[in-house]
Amino acid sequence: MLNPELKLNPKVWNDDVEQIPIRKGFGEGLLAAGIADKNVVALCADLTESTQMYMFKDTFPERFVQVGVAEQNLAALASGMAAMGKIPFISSYAMFSPGRNWEQIRTTIAYNDRPVKIAGSHAGVSVGPDGGTHQAIEDIAIMRVIPNIDIISPCDSIEAKKATLVIAKTSKPAYLRLAREKTGIITTPETPFEIAKARTFWIPESGLAHVGIIATGALLRNALFAARDLEKEGIKVQVINLATIKPLDVDAIVALAKETKAIVTVEEHQIAGAMGSAVDECLAANFPVPIEFIGVHDQFGQSGTPLELIEHYGMGISHIKAAVKKIIGRKG
Amino acid sequence: MLTPEKIKFLEEKANEIRMSIIEMLIEAGSGHTAGPLGMADIFTLLYFHTLKHDPNKPDWPDRDRLVLSNGHICPVLYASMAHSGYFPLVELKTLRKFGTRLQGHPHREYLSYVETSSGPLGHGLSQAAGMAMADRIDHGIGSQRTIFALLSDGEHDEGITWEAVLFAGKEKLRNLIAIVDRNNIQIDGFTEDVMPLDSLAKKYESFGWHVQEVDGHNFEALDAAINMAHAVYEKPSVIIARTIPGKGVPEFERDFHWHGYDLNAKTAKEDYTKALAELRTLGGKIKSEHQ
Repeated sequence: MLNPELKLNPKVWNDDVEQIPIRKGFGEGLLAAGIADKNVVALCADLTESTQMYMFKDTFPERFVQVGVAEQNLAALASGMAAMGKIPFISSYAMFSPGRNWEQIRTTIAYNDRPVKIAGSHAGVSVGPDGGTHQAIEDIAIMRVIPNIDIISPCDSIEAKKATLVIAKTSKPAYLRLAREKTGIITTPETPFEIAKARTFWIPESGLAHVGIIATGALLRNALFAARDLEKEGIKVQVINLATIKPLDVDAIVALAKETKAIVTVEEHQIAGAMGSAVDECLAANFPVPIEFIGVHDQFGQSGTPLELIEHYGMGISHIKAAVKKIIGRKG
Repeated sequence: MLTPEKIKFLEEKANEIRMSIIEMLIEAGSGHTAGPLGMADIFTLLYFHTLKHDPNKPDWPDRDRLVLSNGHICPVLYASMAHSGYFPLVELKTLRKFGTRLQGHPHREYLSYVETSSGPLGHGLSQAAGMAMADRIDHGIGSQRTIFALLSDGEHDEGITWEAVLFAGKEKLRNLIAIVDRNNIQIDGFTEDVMPLDSLAKKYESFGWHVQEVDGHNFEALDAAINMAHAVYEKPSVIIARTIPGKGVPEFERDFHWHGYDLNAKTAKEDYTKALAELRTLGGKIKSEHQ
């Protein structure tokens, strides 16, 4: 059942659940952050509408900087503004920022310890018809290996808004991973959110869980559907929303592994180097258990509807259920 | 205006800074030589005449900002800072050694007095433009702080440099002054052979910048150019400073014949390559970074 303590959206299961793009929550959060702190500035690389920065731009035109299609300059300019006391948010498609400007992020932002907030929109294959060139499924991996950056991958637009407000107040660089497609609302404004704090969204009706599912981003909703189906089949699982991928909530992950002795990770990203790998590294060092990874298997994306692509690349509800059953078989 | 006394003072100071650069490079056993020596006059002028700064209050908010983009010439930055009083001269001998604040390329985490970490080429102008932009948001076009971006000519091969040139032109960042070390060399040879940059002045002009070309070893000319750049109200300014790599060390400098050397002469390239190898190893005393 949904964890009653977290005040999650009771309509999460409904076909008519409110569907909002995660990036919209970022746009709203940025505007709110701008209202709260005059040092918040926004820089965009010719994608003001898509990345939802238009709300901030319309309200604070004097604090909005248009850099054109120049993502490397976008990152380094923001570093310079941060050096003068600003809290810059930069946004583009994740494929271009942090995709194209990785080294500017590493050297001018992270190495320099400047509190620039990088919002990568249109992450994942759910970008859809635009095809593989525009589907960032490598971004978590390339951000994870840079020291000194927090990485947050919200599960819905409400969580994205909270995350935006929270990272506006930290003195560190941060990467916020956003998606294009409208996705079902899982949380409510009352659901708690903290950086580096994993939350258990689904718990068994009674007793201990057989398998722990750790999900991040919009696929969390698929994980919840899988959990509900499995419960009906007598398989008890716990589902954790790992919104912060770095720093990792080691205590929560190890506690889940100790209870379940089997973990399934779920993310819309290449399996190599991403959230599942972070969980794997954590458990290998602390409490080794078998792990199944739901994600893209070393392939590029392609055109299609988001649903077709999620299914094609093995990240649907049925795939999560199959992974849970498979790992039960692997438990010693 | 520079008085004759001040010019003499600057010449002597530049000399001391050059001596420090050579001493620290020899002690380190590696590092870049040509650029730091070639830029010693410009750094001396900036640190001992131009910059609004206070070594006793390095984080003074109203200070001018000096962003060194081509971080590999940091020996001249470190030496200028030490001679200005930011840290003891003796610390220069720690350059490139384990635990030093004077990293092989500047890192703010180790030496917070530098305005930015640098080394990977092309990043400095963007960061300086960001500083200038932030300053204008806070203080309007009447801002009293100047952001100086020190660039190499070779790093104009980098696309991001031109992204920043476009941006600063668009935003008319009058509080931004770029100084380009136009020494015509980069690692693989002459800039005009590796990737032609001329006319650099016309390129900048067409991007909406105010452009001046000066002798990078003439304090009066440099000072006048900086004053002119300050006076330009509607554009960012670039000062393309013609410099001599290894300037001030006759043993190396004389081999170059930069001024008036016939670069089309048969033996020019050979002579040049030999002289450059000498300079880059300080006559065999240190390891070249390019081998």
